[in-house]
Amino acid sequence: MRPTAPLILAAAVTVLAAGSLTACSSGSGSDPDTVKVAYNRSTDNKIRFKDAYIESVKKQFEKEHPGKKIKLIPIQAADNDYATKVQQMMRSPKTAPDLVYEDTFRINSDIKAGYLRPLDAYLAKWDTWSQFVDTAKAAAKAEDGKTYGVPDGTDTRGLWYNKKIFAKAGLPTDWQPKNWEEVLDAARAVKKKVPGVIPLNVYTGKAPGEAAVMQGFEMLLYGTGDDPLYDPGAKKWVAGGQGFRDALGFVETVYGEKLGPDPSDALDPNVGTHVATEWFPEGKLAISLDGSWMGQNWINEGPKAWPEWKTELAQTPMPTQNGQAPGKVSMSGGWTWAIPQKAKNPDLAWEFVKTMQTPQNASKWDVVGAQIAVREDVAKDPAYLNSMPGIEFFTGLVQYTHYRPALPVYPQVSTAIGEAMEKVTTGDGSPESAAKEYDEQLKTLVDGAVVTK
Amino acid sequence: MPIAPATALLLLFLAGPIGYCVWIAFTNTQLTGSSSSDFVGFANFRRAFADDNFRNAVQLTLAFTFLSSIVGQNTLGLALAGLMRAASRPVRTVTGALVITAWVLPEIVAAFLLYAFFRREGTLNAILDQLHLPSQNWLFTLPILAVSFANVWRGTAFSMLIYSAALAEIPQDITEAAEVDGASGPRRLWHITLPMIRRSIGTNLMLNTLSTLSVFGLIWAMTRGGPGNRSQTLPVFMYDQAFVNSLIGYGTAVALLLLLVGSLFSIVYLRLMKVEV
Repeated sequence: MRPTAPLILAAAVTVLAAGSLTACSSGSGSDPDTVKVAYNRSTDNKIRFKDAYIESVKKQFEKEHPGKKIKLIPIQAADNDYATKVQQMMRSPKTAPDLVYEDTFRINSDIKAGYLRPLDAYLAKWDTWSQFVDTAKAAAKAEDGKTYGVPDGTDTRGLWYNKKIFAKAGLPTDWQPKNWEEVLDAARAVKKKVPGVIPLNVYTGKAPGEAAVMQGFEMLLYGTGDDPLYDPGAKKWVAGGQGFRDALGFVETVYGEKLGPDPSDALDPNVGTHVATEWFPEGKLAISLDGSWMGQNWINEGPKAWPEWKTELAQTPMPTQNGQAPGKVSMSGGWTWAIPQKAKNPDLAWEFVKTMQTPQNASKWDVVGAQIAVREDVAKDPAYLNSMPGIEFFTGLVQYTHYRPALPVYPQVSTAIGEAMEKVTTGDGSPESAAKEYDEQLKTLVDGAVVTK
Repeated sequence: MPIAPATALLLLFLAGPIGYCVWIAFTNTQLTGSSSSDFVGFANFRRAFADDNFRNAVQLTLAFTFLSSIVGQNTLGLALAGLMRAASRPVRTVTGALVITAWVLPEIVAAFLLYAFFRREGTLNAILDQLHLPSQNWLFTLPILAVSFANVWRGTAFSMLIYSAALAEIPQDITEAAEVDGASGPRRLWHITLPMIRRSIGTNLMLNTLSTLSVFGLIWAMTRGGPGNRSQTLPVFMYDQAFVNSLIGYGTAVALLLLLVGSLFSIVYLRLMKVEV
């Protein structure tokens, strides 16, 4: 039998690979003077500000702590893959880093899996902690009441629009839409009077992942009523009710009336990069429902230098569905620094967190990362407030903002929402049928812990 | 007992992980979230058969395998091998080099080349534009055909090599005798060539099918299983469940089912190879 030869070869290769893998992982990590720091490097090779920032803090730390070393482990991957990689690293003491950068919406899952250790003992002795705003402190607090991460910034979301295109379409350049209909009407006006321009971008579908679910869908959904995704009182998930269908209806209108990008572009996993580096700078897009960090793409060190954005673009809050109180809606996320349960040098890792969180470093990070401050001292820092146009606007949205239900099952719920969005975007289903399928999926995901609103 | 060390190694590194996988498939292990891992019996398999997306993935996997392996790579490989026997030496060298280049390229490089070929601003649409034919985003409108084509492009060389070797084994005098008897080209192919290389066909089909069933990188890089689930074959579905939704137990169960599909194909081919003419 010929095929056995390749089989034996494959087996031999597997054995060799397994052997060399184990050889690699042993031996590293037991050095008591080294802190291993895992973080996500941008998949865009032109974006290296985070690396540069951490590198500079590393130098400062090593100077202040002679004999101690920081070993950076940058992981260049999309957000989902980064989380998977870090989770796999945290499973074993051989590979667990001493410090990891964690998205707030995943932190609770990792706490529940036992990957992280509580920081309360450290925080109690750290006077800087009182500078953090309460919502941010809550972001990394688990159901057991302990805090597992130090947040270093957040973000808010609103409508970005191009004033030049608005002028051509006869729309006011100090645009203040009061409800969804006015947003759609502006897009319709652009479509009619400025052909060749994409009137309104709303991220959608499975491929853009959380970008579509959070910037797109939840910005709509949270404008339809209170706690539309998860009922914290009943501790149950909310089935796709009227608000859910209305939000899907908005998406259907955008793509059905061809107010949005062509579906094949909208469902491209790289659509976010296209918006930031092509559509907006080239004047091909009028409005985008997007995040506070957009400006970071266009500052000089960014991937696409575009100095005119400061005058050409403006921001306005996303209105609620019918203009109901409080009239505006925003979603927030953000990242935290956390110490894995199996870290070898947790105390030294905490020292590094403290170095990263000196007022100067914290402010510098929010500026270079185009983050919204979560600390009162940083939020007052003129260097932060003057760092970029729009930063005061987006900081002002913090009072209207919502955090996602940071529960372990959320990432799967998010996938289900992405699928529902994709169905109405491609016209494969109506908002009603997509919401119904979401309900069914939700029931299996959360074991029937569902309420209907 | 000179075979003992080898047996021990195989048990440790081959049977061990496989056994562990089978065990995981019967638990509700997750990558994150709930840290407990309990034995759940056949729950993962029941879940798979009740899951529309799983059924969709099975259908797409069968379509992908049929189109790109059985029809595409196999037939095209045989045709190329046959044509190359008749061709002059320079033509043979050039064609062989081209086809084999596609084969030796790393999967991910090939995937990006074909992504660049099919995408909206890609080569294919540029050619269609020149011919004044309508262009479209192929990866969006016909994703499963695009990835099937990519797999044919990449994998045909293997079939071509196998069939070249097989055709070279056919004794010249038999073909000549058939020619003298007045058998036409198609008749010679059907009654002489195909029966004589039957075993090679079986081997080739089996290897092609098994490698096509497990194609992941090509599809992941070109479409990520999208748009929607329209090119989500079983390996992509398995990855989504295990590493995007963190459901390691369920993902492993799907992997076992994929193994089952592969074995079914193998059994069919082995039967075909046994049948005497």
